Amino acid sequence: MKKKDINEIEKQMKLANEGLPEKERALFSDARPSSVAPLNKYLEGFLNWARSRSMWMLAFGTGCGATELRPLMTSRFDMSRFGIAPRPTPRQAAIFVVGGYASIKTIKRIVRSYEEMQGPKYVIALGSCTINGGMYYDSYYTINRLDYYIPVDIYIAGCMPRPEALIAGFNRLKEKIRAGECEGMNKYTDNFDWYKKNQKQIIKDWNMPDYNW
Amino acid sequence: MEQILNRIKDKIEIKISTKKRDDLYFFTVEKEQIEFILSYLKEQENFTHLAFMQAVDYLEDGKFQLTYMLYNYKIHINLGVNVLIDRKKAEMFSMHKLWPHIWQYQREIHELFGINFPGSPRVNESFVLEGWEEIPPMRRDFDTLEYSEKTFYQRPGRSTNDPKEYMKEKMYKNYADTPTIRREK
Repeated sequence: MKKKDINEIEKQMKLANEGLPEKERALFSDARPSSVAPLNKYLEGFLNWARSRSMWMLAFGTGCGATELRPLMTSRFDMSRFGIAPRPTPRQAAIFVVGGYASIKTIKRIVRSYEEMQGPKYVIALGSCTINGGMYYDSYYTINRLDYYIPVDIYIAGCMPRPEALIAGFNRLKEKIRAGECEGMNKYTDNFDWYKKNQKQIIKDWNMPDYNW
Repeated sequence: MEQILNRIKDKIEIKISTKKRDDLYFFTVEKEQIEFILSYLKEQENFTHLAFMQAVDYLEDGKFQLTYMLYNYKIHINLGVNVLIDRKKAEMFSMHKLWPHIWQYQREIHELFGINFPGSPRVNESFVLEGWEEIPPMRRDFDTLEYSEKTFYQRPGRSTNDPKEYMKEKMYKNYADTPTIRREK
C-alpha cells in the first residue's frame, strides 16, 4: 500500500471530537483506543493472579446502590479482607462499581470516568436498575440496560443487594479475572463505534472529547 | 392564625381556604394578587421563610397550580399560598426579590413543567435534564413509558403479576378467599 493511502486511512480513523469547540480540539487527543493482546500463557497467568489480588475500586457512588458500599467498607463486612480498597480518582482505580440506576446526566460522567481509568479495568453493575431498568423501567431519564453503554463484567441482582451479595460478586469477579475471562476493555475498543453510537443517541449535549484519556 | 386570615380577607379576596392540621393551612389567591400577598405575609406577618415552591399539573382543568410554602418562626405555622395559572399561557411573576433563593425552584419548575418566569436569574440553565428536546417531562400529557421504550433498550423477559392473584397463588392457596381487611362499622 502506498504511503499516501495509509495517511488517508489514518485520517479517517481519527476521532472528530465534534463536541468540543473548534479552538479546543487541538488540546485533546484524537487517536482511537487500541486493544491489548494478552501476553504468553504463563506471564499472563501470573499477571491475572496479581490483578485478582489487588482490586482497587473507584469510590464513585452513582445512585442509591452506593449506600451498600459503606457497610462493605467498614468493620462489619470489611472488604479489605478480600483485597478490595477504595481509590479516590479514576486513574488509580481498576474496578468501577455502578451502584443502581443511572440517569443520562450520570451516564455521561460514568462514560467519562470509565474511559479515564487505566487498563485493565473491570465493571461491576449492582442492582436491578442496571440489568433491565428495575423499578425505573418506564422513567424518562434513566437508562434500562447498562451494557449498551459500557461493557459489564459482573451483574449483582437485587434491589438493593446486601453487602454479602456484593462480596459474592467480588469473589466471582476475582475468579473470572484469574481465569482470564474479563476482557471488557478489549470489548470496548473492538466495538468502539457501536458503544459511541449508543452513548451519543441518549447524551444530546455531547461537550467532551470522543475518547477521554 | 384565624386573626391573620381575617386580616388578609379584609385586604383581598381568598378563593379557597383549608386547614389541614393545627399548624398547616392553605389558601388560594388570584394570580395578580400574589406579589402583594407574599410581600405582605413576609414583611407584616412574619412568614419570613420560604420552605419550597412546587407546581402541580391539573391537565383536566387546563391549569397549573403553584404552591409557595411559607413558615412563621414566631407562631410555628406552615402556610401554603396556592395560585392557579393558565396552562396554555404558563407564565408567572418571579419572586426573587423577596426570597433570593427562589431562583433555584423557579429554574427547576421552568425545566420540568415549562412554566416561564421572566426576569428570574439563571432560569434558562439546565437543572437536571441536560440537552432535553421533548416537551417538559413533568407535564401529564408526556408519556414516559412510550418515551422510555423509544429511547432506551428494553431487555426482554420482563413480566409483572397482579398482586392479589399472586398472593392467592403463593400464600393463601388453602383458603377459600384471600383475606381482606375487615373494618368495623
